[in-house]
Amino acid sequence: MSPIAWLAGLGRSVLTLLAVFGRVTLFALDALSHIFRPPFYPREFAAALLHIGWLSLPVVGLTTIFTGGALALQIYAGGARFNAEAVVPQIVAIGMVRELGPVMVGLMIAARVTSSIAAEIATMKVTEQIDALVTLSTHPMKYLTAPRILAALITVPALVAVGDIIGIAGGYAVATQNLGFNPAAYLKNTADFLEPLDIVSSLVKGAAFGMIAAIMGCYFGMHSGRGAQGVGRATKSSVEAAAVLILAANFVLTGVFFSL
Amino acid sequence: MIRMENVHKAFGDNHVLRGVNLEIPTGTSMVIIGGSGTGKSVALKCILGLINPDSGKIYVDGQDAATGDRDAFLAKFGMLFQGGALFDSLTVWQNVAFRLLRGSLKRPVDEARAIAIEKLRRVGLKPDVADRYPAELSGGMQKRVGLARAIAAEPEIIFFDEPTTGLDPIMAGVINELIREIVTEMGATAMTITHDMSSVRAIADNVAMLHGGKIRWTGPVSRMDDSGDPYLDQFIHGRAEGPIESVR
Repeated sequence: MSPIAWLAGLGRSVLTLLAVFGRVTLFALDALSHIFRPPFYPREFAAALLHIGWLSLPVVGLTTIFTGGALALQIYAGGARFNAEAVVPQIVAIGMVRELGPVMVGLMIAARVTSSIAAEIATMKVTEQIDALVTLSTHPMKYLTAPRILAALITVPALVAVGDIIGIAGGYAVATQNLGFNPAAYLKNTADFLEPLDIVSSLVKGAAFGMIAAIMGCYFGMHSGRGAQGVGRATKSSVEAAAVLILAANFVLTGVFFSL
Repeated sequence: MIRMENVHKAFGDNHVLRGVNLEIPTGTSMVIIGGSGTGKSVALKCILGLINPDSGKIYVDGQDAATGDRDAFLAKFGMLFQGGALFDSLTVWQNVAFRLLRGSLKRPVDEARAIAIEKLRRVGLKPDVADRYPAELSGGMQKRVGLARAIAAEPEIIFFDEPTTGLDPIMAGVINELIREIVTEMGATAMTITHDMSSVRAIADNVAMLHGGKIRWTGPVSRMDDSGDPYLDQFIHGRAEGPIESVR
């Protein structure tokens, strides 16, 4: 391949990426604006709260409890190399609340919620249900996307809070049952070490990740191609995009909260 | 009255509509026929605003379809989609009463349910169907539910997209009769797109044939058989030989 052809290919890829970024941004702004403009659909919002929040609790709980337990084991083993085993409660707390809690919950939401939103909306698109909504004087952005995005914005921080607590509980269980830590001292060290900024950063990350997960599901669902292949591709792309954006947003937000 | 004036629509290099001119007088039933991929559905979706035409004008009751209050415009329409397009997550009665449960036509739930059950009865479905989900119904029943939904808000204009596709001949005949009866008793303006010639004869007051992105022939259904148009003749008699190219 000649250098000019290679450069042209690179240019095309960059332009395509910028165009996609622009389309997603415009879609997100449009979707967010519909949250504040009537008509509102409380029944759809309630269903989204249930689906995104309540029904995600088991997977969030299982993911974070094992993560917290494994974190305690790793910190204990690593700390033992320089006689710092005693920092397990503090590092489990900070690790779960600042990083692992939000990221694990975000990725689980991307897997569970983004995929289901994208598949559901894409199927509605290919079976003309979205056209049917329009002919029934119902704006698809208001009826389908706004309730889901608002529900994710509210429930994912709550899930992160629950995940943080369960993760710390996982670390507590391992540390007190297997590693010989005193239960009361473990809890005191955990509570003393955490600062309000740690908790605020965790919840803000949860809100950002929830919004990303829901917007990606809605965007790829609404822009799905035809047929079963189109639905499959939309679902796959939505999860990939949500996972990458959640990790990128985590890096940016960590920088904003703790490096500036 | 619905009037399309020189409507063009292309998807990339594929010029689907190349200057469609068509008039559907108020209270009449127009059936648009034509081969697969000739733009029948695109024309219908352009009228509804689901697809924006590249150029040309569409008027509904003298009002430009591209301007004005969109909700008021759509409130005039009911539509039966080819696959039914019923909402999987809602029960049958909630599908039928969708428009009556939200928006400007909102009614109390009990009243909306009663209207839905009455419309289901009108299309030949018993009340016990009301609480089922669309996935629990046969194809013919789903079409009937789609038809009940299309007429639930008593629209002035009803569109039917391939109403008999996928149905056996007896069920297709039942749906055709229902459409004809309902359009007549409601006094609605109807536009149907189909390839099914039995539907054309059962439903149509007037027929238009779309070919090559334009209206090739239009006239009363009674003149369809002696139109003298070779394209229309080939289509309605299903002949492989003729001016319309067929792929073997």
